[in-house]
Amino acid sequence: MYGEKTLVWPYPVLYGQAKEIDTDVLVVGGGIAGCWAAIAAAQKGVKVAILEKAATVRSGAGGAGCDHWGSVINGNPGCKLEPEEFVNAQLHGGGLNEWGNGIMSYIQAMESYETLLELEQMGGKIRDTGDEFKGAPFRDEQTRMLFAYDYENKWCARVWGTTFKPALYKECKRLGVQIFDRFMATSLLTEDGKCGARVVGATGMNVRTGEFITCRAKATILATARPSRIWSFSTDKHGLNITGGSPIAWKAGAEFTLLEKTSKVGGEPLSATHGSGSDRNTSYPCTMVDDDGNEIPWVDRSGNILETVEERSLPVAGQRFHVSNRAHTAFDILGPSPKPVGELLKTGNYTLPFWSDLPGMPDEERRVIWGVMVGEESKTKIVYELYKQNGFDPEKHQLQGYQYLNAAPYGLGPVGAGSYLSTITGGNVRNLGPGITGGLVIDWNLRTSMEGLYAAGDCLFASYGHAQAATAGRYAGRNAANYAKKAGSVPSVHERQIEEEKSRIYAPVARKSGIDWKELNNGLNKVMQVYCGDPKSGKLMNLGLKFLDDLKEEASQNLYANNPHKLGRTIEVLELITYAEAIVHASLARKCSNRYLDFYRTDYAELDPPEWHKYIVLKKSDDGVTSRKMELEFWGDFESNYAANNAR
Amino acid sequence: MVERKEEKTVYATPNDPSPTRPVIFNEDICNGCNVCVDVCLQDVFIPNPREGKPPILLYPDECWYDGNCVLACSRKGAIRFNIPLMWRTAWRDKETGELYWVDKKSSD
Repeated sequence: MYGEKTLVWPYPVLYGQAKEIDTDVLVVGGGIAGCWAAIAAAQKGVKVAILEKAATVRSGAGGAGCDHWGSVINGNPGCKLEPEEFVNAQLHGGGLNEWGNGIMSYIQAMESYETLLELEQMGGKIRDTGDEFKGAPFRDEQTRMLFAYDYENKWCARVWGTTFKPALYKECKRLGVQIFDRFMATSLLTEDGKCGARVVGATGMNVRTGEFITCRAKATILATARPSRIWSFSTDKHGLNITGGSPIAWKAGAEFTLLEKTSKVGGEPLSATHGSGSDRNTSYPCTMVDDDGNEIPWVDRSGNILETVEERSLPVAGQRFHVSNRAHTAFDILGPSPKPVGELLKTGNYTLPFWSDLPGMPDEERRVIWGVMVGEESKTKIVYELYKQNGFDPEKHQLQGYQYLNAAPYGLGPVGAGSYLSTITGGNVRNLGPGITGGLVIDWNLRTSMEGLYAAGDCLFASYGHAQAATAGRYAGRNAANYAKKAGSVPSVHERQIEEEKSRIYAPVARKSGIDWKELNNGLNKVMQVYCGDPKSGKLMNLGLKFLDDLKEEASQNLYANNPHKLGRTIEVLELITYAEAIVHASLARKCSNRYLDFYRTDYAELDPPEWHKYIVLKKSDDGVTSRKMELEFWGDFESNYAANNAR
Repeated sequence: MVERKEEKTVYATPNDPSPTRPVIFNEDICNGCNVCVDVCLQDVFIPNPREGKPPILLYPDECWYDGNCVLACSRKGAIRFNIPLMWRTAWRDKETGELYWVDKKSSD
């Protein structure tokens, strides 16, 4: 475009013009959880609409693909584990895992396999139909499905996830779901416009035209991403991370928990997604070698050297199953791993860098890692194709890994936390996730604390992963549809709430100049790094709240956008500021430190005293932010609660 | 971004919004069907006002690098994924030790 005349905006500009829709179930966010929610609700015979900021055919963190489909327990003929046993083994292992989301873990263990079968009916590829891996140790010969991590217990399927999102999109269309692409939700509507009252729909804005939409709905399902870009933001270095809509539920008065749990994992990517050598996650159980070609030894959970590749994917004698080797995994289910990089370097016997030895792997393992896992995982198809076009041949070539960066005991990294995607940042640059982090509190209906508002996917507390988003969406969709059926006519919305929302969101396009969304995002990052980074204290965080107020004030006076696209970005950053405030409030409310939550306060240094070994639940209300404590394992008995609430 | 043929005029332009060029169009192959525009999650493109011409990459800095645009394109060579320099990762031939990366083939 550069060197050309400035172009006129190519779409009609419809600021403030409004369309209105009535529906039984409104789904906010058309990613994995959102599409599944829409499908499940529509199957119950109710009218469903999706508001999607991007393009539903590929949108969401898992829209481009999926490699692992976890917790295929119940119904999977290849898996001998019981759902409750699988979930408890993880939750009861201590460390970070006990802060997990038992409701979602159990629902996933119960329904993950059947969800996968349903996906196959829609056109998703879930098994080795071409018999490319016949006889491989990770293939179940009865179902022809492929598995990862623990080949004996087969709790995690390897799948062809690039086929999934278009199949879900097609199914939504077939079932008559109304899809509003390029509409970002900007607020939730509540009964009489009151904070915390029943949710009766949402407002949205088209990010191409600026058109406004009012959606009246009997039930609403929030299926948005977890927000990012709160502590760091560099489009020059990592493009633009998708950010999520859960702040609109905070503003409406829904309860959140674990918002104070942040981590220092994140930072700048050093390669295209899964485009560097690795031994874990997507590349598990790939052999790594040092620069002289010496193999990096693998050990079992007790430190015993494993001699064969196959042993990396089996439980040890006396172990029921393993879940590979993640941070804080309980010993009972701890899987094998390569020896920690820092430990190896201290011996002086290994030279950097390390390389993944795909050529040295057994043929089926190499083909499944480079071709199915890398290739079908989100954002990796293009990497697989690009490397191939540039002559990369996994039978001949070793790929550089970056695991040595920050490897303990030389740097900040936790032991063995080699990086396969990105570096580990300095402690003050935080991130939500990966894995167990904050989000919406839900009950066994996947209903939030607000009547009429259900939630699924990454916006739930401690919920993550493609298969969990899918099962959550499906379950929330059923429950929301049942609620909508009993809810009478479509509720009315509060006109003042809509007018206020319009004047809020269109203010930046009424100005002639002012602060750009990127500057506002950078300003937010600075405040959060300095006042809610690591370490934290009450005084620091209260100062942080003042600076966030200052940003909001600055934004309300001077924020500027000159087209609908930039207006959309601007509204996103305002949402991020809202979420940042919630995070600071949550961090102020936890008056202790906790190593598993990676949470350190100078004014409350005691580590996890019993009275604080609880979730802290916060919500916004007319009287400000209120908090309460909630017991771990608040979900009660799995089997009976699931039976009473699964809404089949 | 479109790969330009030789251009004689020199323009006064501001800095690009991002140093990266996530995708590059080939003007001779692209027919301006805008499938890539429709599938892009971040809405980084706009349709070209000149019909039949490649879309304009208006917001390259907002690319999420999922490759959906390139994978959705049915005209081979019309659009190319362009990995930014800071993401280049080395691979080596296990036998010879020779080093490669994207855009550096053995003959280079």
